[in-house]
Amino acid sequence: MNSLLSLGSERQPTWARKRDPRLRVVAALWLALVAVSLSQPLALASLLLLVLLLAGLLRLPWSLLFQRLLAFEGFMLVLTLMLPFSVAGDPLFQLAGFSASEQGVERALVILLRANTVVIGMLTLLGTLEPEQLGHALGRLKLPDKLVHLFLLSVRYLFVLLDEYRRLRTAMRARAFTPRSDRHTWRSYGWLVGMLLVRSMERSQRVLAAMKCRGFHGRLYLLDNNRWQLTDSGLLLLFILLAAGPWLWESGMLTALPGGAIP
Amino acid sequence: MTEAVTETMTESIPLLELREIAFQRGNTPVFSNVNLSLMAGDRLALVGGNGTGKSTLLELIVGLHRPSAGSLHAFGEHRVNEAGFRSLRARVGLLFQDSDDQLFCPTVIEDVAFGPLNLGHPDADARQIALDTLASLGLDAYAERVTHRLSGGEKRLVALATVLAMSPEILLLDEPTNGLDQEAEQRLIAHLQALPQTMILVTHDRRLIEQLANRAALMQEGTLVDAVIHSHPHQHTHAHVHIHPRGEHSHRSHSDPVPPHSDHHLNDSEA
Repeated sequence: MNSLLSLGSERQPTWARKRDPRLRVVAALWLALVAVSLSQPLALASLLLLVLLLAGLLRLPWSLLFQRLLAFEGFMLVLTLMLPFSVAGDPLFQLAGFSASEQGVERALVILLRANTVVIGMLTLLGTLEPEQLGHALGRLKLPDKLVHLFLLSVRYLFVLLDEYRRLRTAMRARAFTPRSDRHTWRSYGWLVGMLLVRSMERSQRVLAAMKCRGFHGRLYLLDNNRWQLTDSGLLLLFILLAAGPWLWESGMLTALPGGAIP
Repeated sequence: MTEAVTETMTESIPLLELREIAFQRGNTPVFSNVNLSLMAGDRLALVGGNGTGKSTLLELIVGLHRPSAGSLHAFGEHRVNEAGFRSLRARVGLLFQDSDDQLFCPTVIEDVAFGPLNLGHPDADARQIALDTLASLGLDAYAERVTHRLSGGEKRLVALATVLAMSPEILLLDEPTNGLDQEAEQRLIAHLQALPQTMILVTHDRRLIEQLANRAALMQEGTLVDAVIHSHPHQHTHAHVHIHPRGEHSHRSHSDPVPPHSDHHLNDSEA
């Protein structure tokens, strides 16, 4: 149940677990910004390498990561196969009468690398946080209260709802329900969803009642320890610089330095 | 509209007084003509069949529903509107039947501190109150735990902590032992017995009534009637079911063919 939401957070090395969750949120934001501003495959590949290195450092379970990536890569595969044939440009090769363009291949490669960098980066940086930690970090980063509370309450009741769904499903199976593609199946699923909605609404009313009983007057409070330390600042700076590397290189600002490559 | 209850002597002013309360859901009457006075130190067991409105009555006392007739006085004040009930809720704590309804914060400490924070305590104080309350229930180690990963028994105790953190004078317990195993139940009852608060408990659990209640009322035919928890010596035989692993103790017999029972007998509340 735990692995549904966070990826092996207990396997992380101690130094990483002690870090303030805000560090990862800011780092993830920076990573995404850099990734979308890069347009050259080589620069993107080096950023992806950095992300994979980070995943290794945080001891992210590779099997779990690939499991998560699978759904997303299926979609990417279609895109990668289609793009070379749909982008106009210098022809590279022919396949069944359609010609693939050089620009199309490059575009596909860029999108593939960029998307993988961002997704693996998010899974590594944010996916390893407990959802509660993420909520607190977002709250401390001064995101609108309403959004933070919505997020935290969703996390809190997701499993309660999931349990309710499972109970209803079991009850259906106990009465020999097997999904087919007929009216009976669709109607039964409709009732299942309807019942879940009704129950969720009733539960939300009970939760509100319980909150009112404890003097709720429109404000939720977040209590957590501020753990930001010098190490967090240092690591954030290091990450920002490292991630900025490919971007500086691509925009030609590194050419002045000795050893700076000229594309 | 604050109308002090002056007709009774100062010492015997009820903490809570319901006068001819009626409630209906839509057009269906749930109960009517409910009269109840709760005195300090009372531990009233509210019993009755399913759907007779026992839980509804508890919710009505803290103002989650409004009665269709009758009046409610608490701590010497007539409570009619939301403002009246808001100040009442700080002094009357309701423990919900389903703890998942009550625990909505990400961590245990935040949930327990939620009430004190609402009462206007600063962060540090609220945290201390929450820690102290948790410690009083033997839950010290749970402060930083994530609420949705607790077991049913743990959730119920934490829910009790969230209520106690507001230091209420009256506790309303809605089926507190429902869904708990014997060990969790005994632990909860032990904690409840140690509490000084006046209580109303809605329950079907005989053991809970035996060990906690000193008064009883019965919800019957749409109204509340006073009941007596009576004790009378009785002789009966019944099967004692012992559950133990196969092969173990199975040949041992009871030394006394009729084991003595004592825990069926209750003190007469009127005595």
